[in-house]
Amino acid sequence: MSVVPVSYYLALSAVLFGLGVIAFVFKRNIITIFMSIELMLNAVNLAFVAFARAHNQLDGLVFVFFVIVVAAAEAAVGLAIVIMIAQNRQSLSVERMNLLKF
Amino acid sequence: MPILDHLWILLALPLLGSAINGLFGKNFSKTVVNSVAIGSVALAFLAAVEAVREFVQLPADQIPHVGTYFTWMVAGPFHVDFALQIDQLTVVMLMVVTFVGMLIHIYSTGYMAHEGGYYRFFSYLNLFMFFMLTLVLGANLIVMFVGWEGVGLCSYLLIGFWFLKKSAADAGKKAFITTRIGDFGFTVGLLLIFATFRSLDFQTIFKSLAANPVSEGVLTTICILLFTGAIGKSAQLPLYVWLPDAMEGPTPVSALIHAATMVTAGVYMVARMNPLFSRAPIAMLVVAIVGAITAFYSATIGIAQTDIKKVLAYSTVSQLGYMFLACGVGAYSAGIFHLMTHAFFKGLLFLAAGSVIHAMDGEQDMRKMGGLRKKIPITFWTMLIATLAIAGIPGFAGYFSKDAILEAAATGPHANFILWLLGVTGALITSFYMFRLIFLTFFGEPRFDEHKAHVHESPRSMTVPLMVLAFLSIFGGWFALPKMIGGANYFERFLAPVFGAAEAPPEPTSPSDALLHALLSWPVFVGLLGLLIACYLYLKRPDLPKKLAQSMRPLYTLIFNKYYVDEIYGFLIVRPLLWISTNVLWHVVDEGVIDGVVNGSAHLARLSGRQVRRLQSGNTRSYASWVLIGVVGFTVLLLALFVTGVH
Amino acid sequence: MSLPVILFFLCGALAVAGAILLIAAREPIHSALALILVMVALAVLYLLLGAPFVAAVQIIVYAGAIMVLFVFVIMLLNMGVEERTDFSQIAKYFGIPLGGVLIVWAAYWLLHSRPAAAIGTGSGMEASSTRGLSTLLFRQYLFPFEATSILILIAILGALVLARKEE
Repeated sequence: MSVVPVSYYLALSAVLFGLGVIAFVFKRNIITIFMSIELMLNAVNLAFVAFARAHNQLDGLVFVFFVIVVAAAEAAVGLAIVIMIAQNRQSLSVERMNLLKF
Repeated sequence: MPILDHLWILLALPLLGSAINGLFGKNFSKTVVNSVAIGSVALAFLAAVEAVREFVQLPADQIPHVGTYFTWMVAGPFHVDFALQIDQLTVVMLMVVTFVGMLIHIYSTGYMAHEGGYYRFFSYLNLFMFFMLTLVLGANLIVMFVGWEGVGLCSYLLIGFWFLKKSAADAGKKAFITTRIGDFGFTVGLLLIFATFRSLDFQTIFKSLAANPVSEGVLTTICILLFTGAIGKSAQLPLYVWLPDAMEGPTPVSALIHAATMVTAGVYMVARMNPLFSRAPIAMLVVAIVGAITAFYSATIGIAQTDIKKVLAYSTVSQLGYMFLACGVGAYSAGIFHLMTHAFFKGLLFLAAGSVIHAMDGEQDMRKMGGLRKKIPITFWTMLIATLAIAGIPGFAGYFSKDAILEAAATGPHANFILWLLGVTGALITSFYMFRLIFLTFFGEPRFDEHKAHVHESPRSMTVPLMVLAFLSIFGGWFALPKMIGGANYFERFLAPVFGAAEAPPEPTSPSDALLHALLSWPVFVGLLGLLIACYLYLKRPDLPKKLAQSMRPLYTLIFNKYYVDEIYGFLIVRPLLWISTNVLWHVVDEGVIDGVVNGSAHLARLSGRQVRRLQSGNTRSYASWVLIGVVGFTVLLLALFVTGVH
Repeated sequence: MSLPVILFFLCGALAVAGAILLIAAREPIHSALALILVMVALAVLYLLLGAPFVAAVQIIVYAGAIMVLFVFVIMLLNMGVEERTDFSQIAKYFGIPLGGVLIVWAAYWLLHSRPAAAIGTGSGMEASSTRGLSTLLFRQYLFPFEATSILILIAILGALVLARKEE
């Protein structure tokens, strides 16, 4: 049995997280931005699971569980808000939602 | 109750009078104001008499008698108590100040009877008495300085009593500012004294000086600095310019403050600090030179003045010069003696002049007077007595004092022929212009409309003080009959403990009797000469003065315009200062720097705010990017620290 | 080259590809599908790491419920192709480079970090995975558990209130 070092998982997690950040900064559709947040959360989940394996403890998995739950709640409420704003502004582009400026 | 233990009462009485009149006088009748004012000074005089009576019974080791009342300032080594002392010098000053002050208060009730602000006048006058007594009774330089500044303040208030008149207000300011210049030198002197002796208390300084000698250079600097204060306060060259202008004040003020008391504060200070001065011969020479030159210079200006009070003002400057000349040649008691006699005859001269002005309904120009002799006889005779005194005619008080000064200038340990010459010449000129004043005012044909002005003698409140002072102008000098004539010089012996170390007793063993005789006769000679010249020019040939003035036109104009000193000062000092104040301090410093800083910081806040708020673009992606920048930076920093820390 | 290693690299590549697709996609629905791909790949990785329960939860809840919600909303708000506008200068010039920096740097350091010694796949965890997890959840982490249930309740209420039509 050859083994995959935990650091590989961590590196993958970092890469996914970074891509999520790029997506967040670069995309214009607000729903896509939301999805990039989910991507970042997933990357973090991977890191947690990897560490749980590394330390042979289940606490990391518990945390993953909670992250998923919170992500669900956040997605629900967030999308509700998105719907309202989109109906209000008639556009899904985040750049049209710039009323909070000086 | 032994007054000596409660010397502060002498101060409290006039202060109380001032406060009562000042705060409530508006509602009092004239009688009440009078009683409060005169009463407080009279009580102070009586208390002073009692203090003197107790003082003369003290044994020698308890003199000077110091009463410390409370600790005033303590700051590390700097310790100042509110302490009053009384010694022989204080006794003389005390008597002069309270007695002459009392007489002038009484006189003022008559003179100021028709003036507005009656209660204010007496409040200020009492306040002045308070400060003057503080000055004289102070046991350390700080208490004395309080009095010094206080009398300056009262002088300002009283000169500018009719403050709605611009010339009076300006004169008050001029007095205060000019003396301030001298006071600056004085304060620096105080600093130096503290640095050298670590104390400002008179007895401590003198004892310390006797025990540990101080370098002559330091002492000279200290004395000269202190003397600059005296130059300002006692109107010597070059800071005398305020005294003639101070004549804008009511005449009793001129008599009290600018003849008898305040201006003599400088002389008192020099006399008080004589242990220091005696060890700094250069400083003494400076004092003597300034005094002699001022005496001569000011007398020359007096020749051509036409305002009766201005003549007396320049005369005061001149006589003060004589007092400083005396101190400068080491004859301190002669100087103080002249201070005392001067208080009598100059005070009398001013009060009498006030009486003349009162009789002439406010006219002060001598060219418009004449022939008043028969009309106001009391004024005439008292003024004549005072003039005889100031001219140094034997038998009158001024003779003894002036003679003592000139004798010390000629034969004392610090004698100097030039100083003596200046003094004698000044005496000649003094006699001349004083008699000129008498002849112009009281003799000859009246040069005014006799029907328009009803010339009347002054009320008793004014004439009685005149007569008292006249008495003193004659007999006040008999304290100090010089030994030469065979009298025991009581005055000098009384003051000997104060000046003992400074004065070599003038036992003229070396000069021969002939020389003595000659010396004694010079002041008499010039005094009579001046009288004769004035008599000739103004009685016998009244047309001659004008012709003389015409023939010596440039010189006459120079003297008539007081050597243009005021104009020179205005040009050299006042105008540049005003220019600096306006252009530099106002425009550059105040508007540019201070306003600039304040407005500028507001401007800066607004500018930076305008730039910073561009961050709030409303653009989510920008926000996210900024967060990203921050995160990356932070992570890099952490990793760098981690790497360098661990490895 | 054993199976775990191959599987790791395969799923890793899939995940990264999905993420890149998410960025590159023009339409939001394509981005959603890409994200689902990422999640499935991650589920396999969880399996590889010996956490079957988490893998199952990932598929059921994350990919099966949350992403379906996303797809519903996208299809509901069919607003067309996003136009290309350029309001944010910062994002244009700093976004990608910095993101790239972040990825490379973090990956490098994590790769060479201490826990490299720790071992993946296998020993000592699968047998008690679900049981152990539930024990942990209902004993030690009971309070957070209850708190998250309240959180969900609030989210439901919030979503209801927000999405209601005004009458």
